[in-house]
Amino acid sequence: MTEQIVIPVSGMTCAACQSRVQKTLGNVEGVDDASVNLMMGNATVSFDPAVTSPSTLVETIRDTGYSAELPSKETSTFAEQDARDNATLEEFLELKRKAIVSGIAGVVAMILSMPLMRANVSESMSGGADPFMQWTMRSFTPTLQRIAPWLYAISTTAISWFLLLLTLFVMTWAGRHFYTRAWAAFRHHAADMNTLVALGTGAAFVYSLLATVTPSFFVTHGVAPDVYYEAVVIIIALILTGNAFEARAKRQTSAALRSLAQLQPKTARVLRDGSEKDIAIAEVISGDLILVRPGERVPVDGTVESGESAIDESMLTGESMPVKKVVDDRVIGGTINRTGAFRFRATTLGADSVLAQIVKLMRDAQGSRAPIQALADKISSVFVPVVASIAILTFVVWFVVIHAGGGSGGEATVRGFATAVAVLIIACPCAMGLAVPTAVMVSTGRGATLGVLIKGGEALQRAGDVSTIVLDKTGTVTEGRPTVTDIIHAPQTASGATLSDRELIALVAALETSSEHPLAEAIVRYAKEQGIELGEPVEFQYLQGQGVSGTVGGSAVAVGNSQLMSTLATSDSSVRSSAQGSTSEALIAGLTEDADRLAGEGKTPMYVMVNDSVAGLVAVADAVRVTSSLAISKLRKMGLDVVMLTGDNERTAQAVAKQAGIRDVIAGVLPAGKVEEVRRLQQGGSVVAMVGDGVNDAPALAQADIGMAMGTGTDVAVEAADIALMRSDLDGVAQAIHLSRRTMRTMKQNLFWAFAYNVVGIPVAAGILYPVFGILLSPILASAAMAFSSVSVVANSLRLRALKPL
Amino acid sequence: MSGYALNSTDWVVIGAGLLTIVWLNYYFFASTKASGLAAASDDGVQEITVVVEGGYTPSTVKAKVGQKLRIVFDRRETSSCSEEVTIPDFNVRTFLPAHEKTNVEITPQNAGVHEFACGMGMLHGKIIVTEQAAKSND
Repeated sequence: MTEQIVIPVSGMTCAACQSRVQKTLGNVEGVDDASVNLMMGNATVSFDPAVTSPSTLVETIRDTGYSAELPSKETSTFAEQDARDNATLEEFLELKRKAIVSGIAGVVAMILSMPLMRANVSESMSGGADPFMQWTMRSFTPTLQRIAPWLYAISTTAISWFLLLLTLFVMTWAGRHFYTRAWAAFRHHAADMNTLVALGTGAAFVYSLLATVTPSFFVTHGVAPDVYYEAVVIIIALILTGNAFEARAKRQTSAALRSLAQLQPKTARVLRDGSEKDIAIAEVISGDLILVRPGERVPVDGTVESGESAIDESMLTGESMPVKKVVDDRVIGGTINRTGAFRFRATTLGADSVLAQIVKLMRDAQGSRAPIQALADKISSVFVPVVASIAILTFVVWFVVIHAGGGSGGEATVRGFATAVAVLIIACPCAMGLAVPTAVMVSTGRGATLGVLIKGGEALQRAGDVSTIVLDKTGTVTEGRPTVTDIIHAPQTASGATLSDRELIALVAALETSSEHPLAEAIVRYAKEQGIELGEPVEFQYLQGQGVSGTVGGSAVAVGNSQLMSTLATSDSSVRSSAQGSTSEALIAGLTEDADRLAGEGKTPMYVMVNDSVAGLVAVADAVRVTSSLAISKLRKMGLDVVMLTGDNERTAQAVAKQAGIRDVIAGVLPAGKVEEVRRLQQGGSVVAMVGDGVNDAPALAQADIGMAMGTGTDVAVEAADIALMRSDLDGVAQAIHLSRRTMRTMKQNLFWAFAYNVVGIPVAAGILYPVFGILLSPILASAAMAFSSVSVVANSLRLRALKPL
Repeated sequence: MSGYALNSTDWVVIGAGLLTIVWLNYYFFASTKASGLAAASDDGVQEITVVVEGGYTPSTVKAKVGQKLRIVFDRRETSSCSEEVTIPDFNVRTFLPAHEKTNVEITPQNAGVHEFACGMGMLHGKIIVTEQAAKSND
């Protein structure tokens, strides 16, 4: 048996590298054939799996000095999701089938029990353990007697035996798992909901069985040989119905995750050896050229090689407008190509792809625990034995009270027995177990559809408590991409000639090509966008904290702040200029007002000097995102303090803050100082959420109670972040906090309901209301309450699915 | 309580009830549960199979510190209660397909007791990590 594997290899630059890897692989024991493709950057190896393994092959390649990765199991993330889905679907369908059949059996059992009851009641012995059933049957008896009088002609013994068989069938077919699981748990010294159901129904069945087999024994002890077969069947039917609803609802809680996983296309159309081929997604390798037509899904992540299109990324980012993609832009697998056809080169695949990472992150999040659950967990783990103890106690108390109070032993047994069964049946540990996890699941799923990836229950809970939002300025409040905003000319150049905008920018941009400053990049980009040809600067000089100077096409050009202008004007040696010896104030006099105004708008003005005279001003600004001020006002309306943190000077910071509607600004903070500022706010008693791009401010994100990384729609795995915002705007922050708060409310409601249900239900079932109000709960009512208590908890969590964004 | 006179039957019922309650709580909370020792396999990984069926058998896993521990969860049922296993201290939450064996690997760095449980926290087991677990028990 030989197997073939394709291993992506990177770092190979020449044919020599290729042959070296190929030769090394060929020498590995168990390898039949190895061929390395330099262009594709991969090695195709046929090997005997009994002798060697893919990981050995990868190791061998790495030993030669090149990087190699095992081809990631593309399917694992999605396959696991499929397995879960199928499991939950099968569970639901099976429960539904069983619930329906046992429900029908329950109705039959109830009808057949009516003649029995009449027979027993007429004997006027003690009995009536189940007042609800008695009332129901008494109400329906006249109707039944009219419709089916023949039923009353059948011998009660025959009916009892038939009911016995029917109940046995329901118990061993529909309810079998209650007993097998209860027994399996018991063997492990553990107990769960199945234990309670098994004990309750089992006890009722054994009692009825004895009453059917040896009625005389009961009669001689003064007890009516009542049977509770119908109760057993109906209890099983009701609990199965509840379970089926619960399974369906639980399935819905992961609907968001399922639809995400389904975004992954199954095939891709690749160009290999000059021809188009549809291949399975698992066979796509990094470097493949892939074709996408309008209306198709992008199969994997990659970079556009040719063509352009608008792509709908809403499923991943929540952004409703299609995003334009041109050459070199990144496309994400699972998104929908809307308008044009294009080719792209596959980059990340399989488990590393953005979609797979989101699915994995979501699943980890959905499965994570919220701290609020700790108490519920503690109670769950002791719940069943405690309830069983209460049930025994209930029996003892009822028996003694009735018996010692003068009642017959039979009456005492029957009453004690019925209440004990009701206690076992009504107790519901499931609602407690479901209260928090279902809310976490639904809420993280809802978050994903809003473009907010919450990385777990703990993050969800803490985000709900946040009181202060700290926003990093650059790239968070602002676009993070400075652009040229204003070009202003000096009233009159010394030479009398006025440069056009284009000419001015051409000189400045040419000079700035030698600079790596972000502001310089903005100017160069602007010039290129305008289609301006840029010359080569010579004699380039960088004056720290002031600006740059040099010569472009024979003109002496300098760009920088007023200090630079002054330096140049007064110095004879540094730069050739300053022959006129005029003061810097005079040079820039006509522009200072403009410069002040621009600075006040949060822009960075730069003076431009051409051939010894100040030619004008170029202003560059990192524009405030259009969505920022609305989002910030939302945050403030939610009662949150919003603070902006920046390394910029106070003036620019204040100007940006004003535009964005932020009152609190901490300016002039060095990157390392951000952590300190967050800590200071925390010490002041604030629960802080820090919002940043997740790259420069990772330490501050980690220090904050909640770190939110504003991604570009692709960086989902930002380590330091508790919450990743898929869309580049602050609205996600408001949505995340809103969702978290609502989720916490839902969790608290659920927990309250689950606790209150048991705290009230168990004593009532035990008969605590009987002495005063004469109220007793029938086991059947108890089972209905139990079945629907967990359903109501899940249903309450599901309401989060419909949560409206703020 | 003058109208009440407890006779021997009542006392028997009370006694039997209390005894059952005591036994029940002893059985579920105090009695010893099966434990298993993770044995080192050829590749230097300590490995143990835990059967998942209404609980974990063995429910206590003993392992050595600093060495990779592979727990093979052999889930022999479809009950949704046990469909996930969690080891909170190691951030593990894994889906266990029914009637399949699923490997979970962790490397305990410190001696101590780590709990593992089903997704809903109803079934419990623990991993006891000691410096010399394998030797002292061999």
